[in-house]
Amino acid sequence: MKQKNKQSNIIIVGTGGQGLITLLKIVSEAAFSQGYDVKTSELHGLSQRGGSVGVHIRMGKKIHSPLVAKGKANIVIALETQEALKGVYFSNKETVFLINKNIIPIPFKKSFSEKEIVSVIKKSSDKVFLISASEICREKLGKDVVAGIYLLALASFKKLIPLTPESILKGIEKIVPKRYFKLNKETFTLAKKNEEKIF
Amino acid sequence: MLKEITSKKPNKKILLLGNDAIVRGALEAGVQFVSTFPGTPASEIGNTFYQIQNSEYKIRNLYFEYSVNEKVALEAGIGASFSGLKTLVAMKHFGVNVCSDALLPFLYTGSKGPTVIAVSDDPNCWSSAQSEQNSRAYSYLAHLPTLEPSDSQECKDFTKIAFRISEKFKIPVMIRLTTRVSHQRMPVKLSNLPKFNSKGIFIKDVERFVTMPPRVLKMKDELLEKIKEIKKFSEKLEIVRKESPSKSKLGLITSGISYLYLKEALQELKLDIPVLKLGIFYPLPEKEIEKFIKSKSKVFVLEELEPYLEKEINILAKKVNPNLKVIGKNLLPETGEFRPEMIINALAEFAGVKYEEPKSKAKVPSVKHIPQLCPGCPYWLIFSAVKRAVDEKKVIFGGDIGCYMLGGLPPHNLQDYLSCMGASIGIAHGIKKSTKNQKLIAFIGDGTFFHAGIPALINTVFNNSNPLIIVTDNRITAMTGHQPNPGADNVTRRIKIEDIVRACGVKNLKVIDPARQKEFIETIKNFINKKEVSVIIARRPCIFLKRKNETKK
Repeated sequence: MKQKNKQSNIIIVGTGGQGLITLLKIVSEAAFSQGYDVKTSELHGLSQRGGSVGVHIRMGKKIHSPLVAKGKANIVIALETQEALKGVYFSNKETVFLINKNIIPIPFKKSFSEKEIVSVIKKSSDKVFLISASEICREKLGKDVVAGIYLLALASFKKLIPLTPESILKGIEKIVPKRYFKLNKETFTLAKKNEEKIF
Repeated sequence: MLKEITSKKPNKKILLLGNDAIVRGALEAGVQFVSTFPGTPASEIGNTFYQIQNSEYKIRNLYFEYSVNEKVALEAGIGASFSGLKTLVAMKHFGVNVCSDALLPFLYTGSKGPTVIAVSDDPNCWSSAQSEQNSRAYSYLAHLPTLEPSDSQECKDFTKIAFRISEKFKIPVMIRLTTRVSHQRMPVKLSNLPKFNSKGIFIKDVERFVTMPPRVLKMKDELLEKIKEIKKFSEKLEIVRKESPSKSKLGLITSGISYLYLKEALQELKLDIPVLKLGIFYPLPEKEIEKFIKSKSKVFVLEELEPYLEKEINILAKKVNPNLKVIGKNLLPETGEFRPEMIINALAEFAGVKYEEPKSKAKVPSVKHIPQLCPGCPYWLIFSAVKRAVDEKKVIFGGDIGCYMLGGLPPHNLQDYLSCMGASIGIAHGIKKSTKNQKLIAFIGDGTFFHAGIPALINTVFNNSNPLIIVTDNRITAMTGHQPNPGADNVTRRIKIEDIVRACGVKNLKVIDPARQKEFIETIKNFINKKEVSVIIARRPCIFLKRKNETKK
């Protein structure tokens, strides 16, 4: 596996309760099973109840810092549209943004529109993709909790992360309770089907 | 995960959270007694032990408890150590404040069964309301040997080393963590688990276990002597290590999480500067440091929060290299946590090299989703009743530590002071005694009430003041991840808060389900005008607890 020498820095942003830590666990198990060194950082506790959250996942031959440095992310996955803006700090021209079309309003504040958000991020990166992950998952699978898995699957199929669908599914099997495995697998199938249409 | 973390002969690597690596390290050391009070960023240490002991992987001859607060957790640990058991006590940094009264004499008596205290600090206050505490100060105050791991592998290894030091010198040892160490994951190489020995035995030894003058001063002398010995011992510890043989006149000294950012920065800037990594903070391996700084013209000390290490190195430099320039907090902040790019920039400046930070042209507006009470949380009902019962502008609201802190944020805005565990009541009493007719409502959760609320409540009765206390009783310690407390359902013998309140001498007492808004509002209106202290226990289980129980059925 030559690509092991390549480093990959992943930032996942969203709000507390969207399952960011589960995603982090799945991704890191997948990376570990492919032979990468892995370091991650997450936050727990009260500030995470519906509040803004970001987790860091780094993989490569040898990783020291658990945090991604400014401008060094390869990919930003945003489970909430407005939170994608947080990814800009970690981005450079090459950084890919996979953004879930899913605006969770902030009380007493006017939400940013998708257009506003994308135009800001485009000043930093050219590769910004808005994806109706929540909507598609809700429609086709009856549940939008797997929106993150859907985005992750797309990232894998499109080779935006150096992780194979097989190893991610293995990670899911390890982390997610058995009764949800089928749903997750269906999410992958759905992502595969829509892969070409999206970008 | 439980299967892997308890595997007896693993000989492999698994991904572990820093806190879980502490658990594994303690298991590999053969820990027999574990006590804790939950607090982020240390909570998972207790959670994992709890899960292990309530699963098919339960370890025989290992005792675990969630104690009522950190003071009794440590005291329980001291009792176990006095009885000869290998003991681990875990807590978040504020817990050390709570248990400090028991901690200092424990250093005087020393430990009998090897004892490790795992403490997690929270630079940047990610999950800590009251202060950005640097628990290294306790290393000095208590003469507490202190190790500082950088990552999960070291969390495991250092825990075992800490037990070794404790065993050799009969002294408790602190493992000082921070959020980014506790909540970091990486592949960790496991070793075998030993046999867990059974019960201990308390052998009377007045000389050793009783701190009382005049013996107490002699004990202090003995403690100082131990520290001297440990200092010598620490010089040879494998966790104190020099990296890079380069002859550079520059040097870098660091420990904990900062080390990882530093390694990253050295790589980024392609620099080869010797690094002294100190795995031990107290007592410092002074000889090793002196050797390191002797031939240097400039050293950079990298540590989060207060510059304790930098001060020590300045003192040592006076002795062995008076011309040495010691750089530290002039390039790095004393408030907040470090970030990798911060260290890259600071190191570039220190080494006199250029670094162009990646800059983005995007002007990013601030997005801040404020944490909210969960949908269906009973606290919505409590705050809404309070808002409807009183004129918010005319009432003072005391906050405390728990999910109900969110009452201080929009849309509730019901929090005029917030301090440490239990202080909603303690401070309420002081305010009531100091003011004339100002009304006051103090909120305190069930877990916090048991932790530190009871003495404060007794004080309002004993010294006669009349705040209205609302116990926001959701039947569980919710914020830190649903640990049981004495009032919870799944405990051997449930203690009812109303029984305690009554026993404290409180006459105005009512237990109400906050869903009964009308009754709740009427009671608030009635109680707030009482001449004596009054207590409403607003009882309704945490929404997640309800769901958990339902899925179990």
